[in-house]
Amino acid sequence: MALTVVSQIFPREMIPAVLPLIEDKLQHSKEIIRRKAVQALYKFYLIAPNQVQHIHDKFRKALCDRDAGVMAASLHIYLQMIKENSSGYKDLTGSFVTILKQVVGGKLPVDFNYHSVPAPWLQIQLLRILRLLGKDDPRTSELMYDVLDESLRRAEINHNITYAILFECVQTIYTIHPKPELLEKAAKCIGKFVLSPKINLKYLGLKALTYVILQDPNLALQHQMTIIECLDHPDPIIKRETLELLYRITNGQNVIVIVQKMLDYLKESKEEYAIINLAGKIAELAEKYAPDNEWFIQTMNAVFSVGGDVVHPDIPNNFLRLLAEGFDDGKEDDQLRIYAVQSYLALLKEEDALYPQKFLQVMSWVLGEYSSLVTDVDPEVILTKLHSLLKKTFVTSETKVWIMAAVTKIASRTSSSMTVDKLIQEFSNSLDTSMRQHAFELKHLCEDKTLMKNLLPFDGSCSDIVVDASLSFLDGFVAEGLGCGAAPYKPHHQRQQEKLSQEKALNFEPYGLSFTSSVSSSAVTGRQSPAGLSFGSDTSGNSAETGHKETNTLKLEGVRKLWGKEGYLPKKESKLGKENEPQTVSCGSLLGGQMDDPPVSQSDQVASLSEEDKEKQQLASTLFTGLGSNAGVSLMGKADTATQKFKRKSKINATQSSEEASDCQNSAASDFGPLLDAVPINMEDCERSINTRLRKASLCSSDIVEDNTAFEAPLSLKTSVLDDGPSASRMSESTLFDSNIEIFQPSPSAHCESASKTPLVLCLPEELEEFTHSEVVELCQSDALALHLCKVWTDDSLLLAVFVSNKTTSACNTVNLVFEETEHFQVLESPTYQFPVIEAQSVKLCQKCVWMNKFCTQGILSGSVNYQSEMETHMDFSITLSLLDFIRPMEMTTEDFGKLWLSLSNDVKQNIKMSSSEDSLSAALNTLQQKLKLHIVDLIGE
Amino acid sequence: MIKFFLMVNKQGQTRLSRYYEHVEINKRTILEAEVIKNCLSRSKDQCSFIEYKDFKLVYRQYAALFVVVGINETENEMAVYELIHNFVEVLDKYFSRVSELDVSFSFQLFGIAVGQTAVVCLCRSLLSSTLQYPSHAQKLKLTNFITVKREL
Repeated sequence: MALTVVSQIFPREMIPAVLPLIEDKLQHSKEIIRRKAVQALYKFYLIAPNQVQHIHDKFRKALCDRDAGVMAASLHIYLQMIKENSSGYKDLTGSFVTILKQVVGGKLPVDFNYHSVPAPWLQIQLLRILRLLGKDDPRTSELMYDVLDESLRRAEINHNITYAILFECVQTIYTIHPKPELLEKAAKCIGKFVLSPKINLKYLGLKALTYVILQDPNLALQHQMTIIECLDHPDPIIKRETLELLYRITNGQNVIVIVQKMLDYLKESKEEYAIINLAGKIAELAEKYAPDNEWFIQTMNAVFSVGGDVVHPDIPNNFLRLLAEGFDDGKEDDQLRIYAVQSYLALLKEEDALYPQKFLQVMSWVLGEYSSLVTDVDPEVILTKLHSLLKKTFVTSETKVWIMAAVTKIASRTSSSMTVDKLIQEFSNSLDTSMRQHAFELKHLCEDKTLMKNLLPFDGSCSDIVVDASLSFLDGFVAEGLGCGAAPYKPHHQRQQEKLSQEKALNFEPYGLSFTSSVSSSAVTGRQSPAGLSFGSDTSGNSAETGHKETNTLKLEGVRKLWGKEGYLPKKESKLGKENEPQTVSCGSLLGGQMDDPPVSQSDQVASLSEEDKEKQQLASTLFTGLGSNAGVSLMGKADTATQKFKRKSKINATQSSEEASDCQNSAASDFGPLLDAVPINMEDCERSINTRLRKASLCSSDIVEDNTAFEAPLSLKTSVLDDGPSASRMSESTLFDSNIEIFQPSPSAHCESASKTPLVLCLPEELEEFTHSEVVELCQSDALALHLCKVWTDDSLLLAVFVSNKTTSACNTVNLVFEETEHFQVLESPTYQFPVIEAQSVKLCQKCVWMNKFCTQGILSGSVNYQSEMETHMDFSITLSLLDFIRPMEMTTEDFGKLWLSLSNDVKQNIKMSSSEDSLSAALNTLQQKLKLHIVDLIGE
Repeated sequence: MIKFFLMVNKQGQTRLSRYYEHVEINKRTILEAEVIKNCLSRSKDQCSFIEYKDFKLVYRQYAALFVVVGINETENEMAVYELIHNFVEVLDKYFSRVSELDVSFSFQLFGIAVGQTAVVCLCRSLLSSTLQYPSHAQKLKLTNFITVKREL
């Protein structure tokens, strides 16, 4: 009973929970339970096919079950699966054929007989499966011929249910690869059906015939007379089925008769659904096979007048398009149009005739467009008619607008007309706003005939009208309005979103991050000081994008925080995990001061890092496309092409050499920084028309991000020591370190000579070793001094450890290290540092804590060194600091995360294929980890 | 695919209804009324299949009781037509000459829940929205099971 319930009311979410239980039940000793289990699985399959994928072979077992009931239940699953993918189950054809043979041969228990027919419904099911399998497949069909023949023969008992089987048989025979003998027999069967006096059988026969006729139209000829009889059958259902049949065999010759019959039926029928259906079919036939114009127009008129307003909107649209576009022959087109106009005029002549709205709309359109083709009718007459139509009460306002448009068109081609004037007067104070608008339009156009002619050229319906969706022609007006202090237009949803986003931004404050509030406040100021904004080519067009972008950016703040924190941790960890060996090697060699070419191991590392880079890039590009591009536009104003060029150039530069790359990157990054800040302020004037340009720009900016990250990759080869395994990795590091010293000490002079190599070993003090830190990179060097930098990520700030090494043999006096203050970064304590003296061949360390003052993705901290050896020397350097240097993983429990989850959601959907073998949790988790780059924090429960 | 299964009497009272696709409750009553109207308007010599909206109705009349099954295009009308008969035969065997009263009475007897079960068991074939064609014997076994329940 539980299984029954499961199969009936189970929601999709609970399937995984019970699936194993039900699978167990497949082995149950009682057949009824096995069958129920199969049924339940079938239900699951219908609900969520992918969740039961792995038990397909169990279905096979069920198919071979010794109990026929279980087997029958499994057929449903197969029917469904084969319906979706027939090629996958061709190998089962043999089994199905054998089963059917057994069933037909009466091998099943007598219980399954129904009126001495063995398991009829089972047969039908099997026949359907075979039909699907054998479709367009001669080889598989081959296997079935015998059993189909057998079924046909066996089903000769005169009972309804055998007819049902026969019907399925016939359908199968005609679907699979044909075999003449069987076709003949099937045709005979159909004949029997159609000629049967029993009405139900006749219906079935017609249905079969309809199906068969697609393959073999000749069969219809044999039963011509029966079909004709059926057409006049008193039962409308039979009639309808016959019409369906006729619809299939319609061609150019018989179309008139068939459509006539259909129209007759259409006039009789009252059911809405039937009318829609039939009207569509008639229209289709009429368009396809119309023998001449008159007939076509008449038929369509009939369809419109009978079908009324329920007809599918495509029908009038298609009809009008046909009229407008015409056929190949221009003369014929004109004839068609003229005829249409004449027929409509005739129809309109009848006073008090009620026509459906859609028909009236079609009429008015045609009259408006083509009435001038008919030369013998005075336009005044047409206008009068339309006018009288307008006054009728049954005409809806939509139709009235159609008529009004027609009047406008006609008026454009005639000189001043009394009717038009009257009409204008009448409707200028109409209560219906759209009518009033049209009336005024007409009035103004009447005053300016040339404009009118230009606006409404004859037969202009086919030419495409270029619509300026951005409404850029209104720019001047808008700018003027803004100049007078008017607030810029904001669409409703944007206003709402602003409210929302403000609330959102406030939500983040408890987490102690300053930049959200700064952004939101700038957004607020941006809104309050619209006059100070630079407006692009259309402020008026800033509908969807503006609101969207704003929320985007504001959301990003939240997302990025989380992401940064979350993304930070796995990155380091994974690095530690998979690259422990190369990392230590490379770090050792780097510590040894090999700055030239990175060793092979390092390049390996870079390669393996690139995966992470990709991830980063993805993140970055998704995060910043909106920002960067938007800002690019706003900063540069209309000259944003310049930005583009600049950015392109920078991209090229970046690839040239590392030196230039860093320059370029600096410039790009410094560009990026302020741009980013400019975003919220200029958010208001992003615009639709610029959208494409935005996209281009965003491409460029994402390139830059790529460059940045690519350049950063070697920099950020973090010799990370995570909390969980600090001692181990530190040990290995230090041992390597020692060995390096040993290697280098024998030949210090050789290294001294090479400028690019550091002779001195740089190592962090003990207390800093404990934190994660980057490897040491060279900042700048001269003949005497070399500066190396190591970023140390402490818990609350970024510690810059600058090694100042004296390469000369004499001591260096008063070495001054000065960091320039920037708006983004704050150097704690004082920005300067002074070494009174640096001994010859020694290294001094300067530690500076840096905070990020103003939020940016990447920035440059530049500084300079002054020192006196033989003479006063000055040296500049710059340090690239990225956001990643400042954000720290936020520690939280799974519960906290769960709470935050909803507030920070940013849905990205992705399909992941799970192979069927992965049924265990760990395997599934592995796949998820690889594909989605998820990091497993906590497993709740088992 | 079977969409719904109805037992309606000539007065238009629904004796039993079972839907295999979700239909809103208030729409059900409208649907049932229209269906029975359609069925009643047909004479004996007209065929037992009606096209109604986008699906088909297969109906069979037993005295004053109509059994109507709604199916979609892919189903074999004749097979469903016979299925109705099969169903009625089983009911007939169980109640020994089934009547409309039995159908409504069985609900009262078992209470709605069990009554549902009884019918559910009887027309279990109709349960999973596609036909699950059971054998007679199995149905009878099930009816026995219900009998046991009734005695309890």
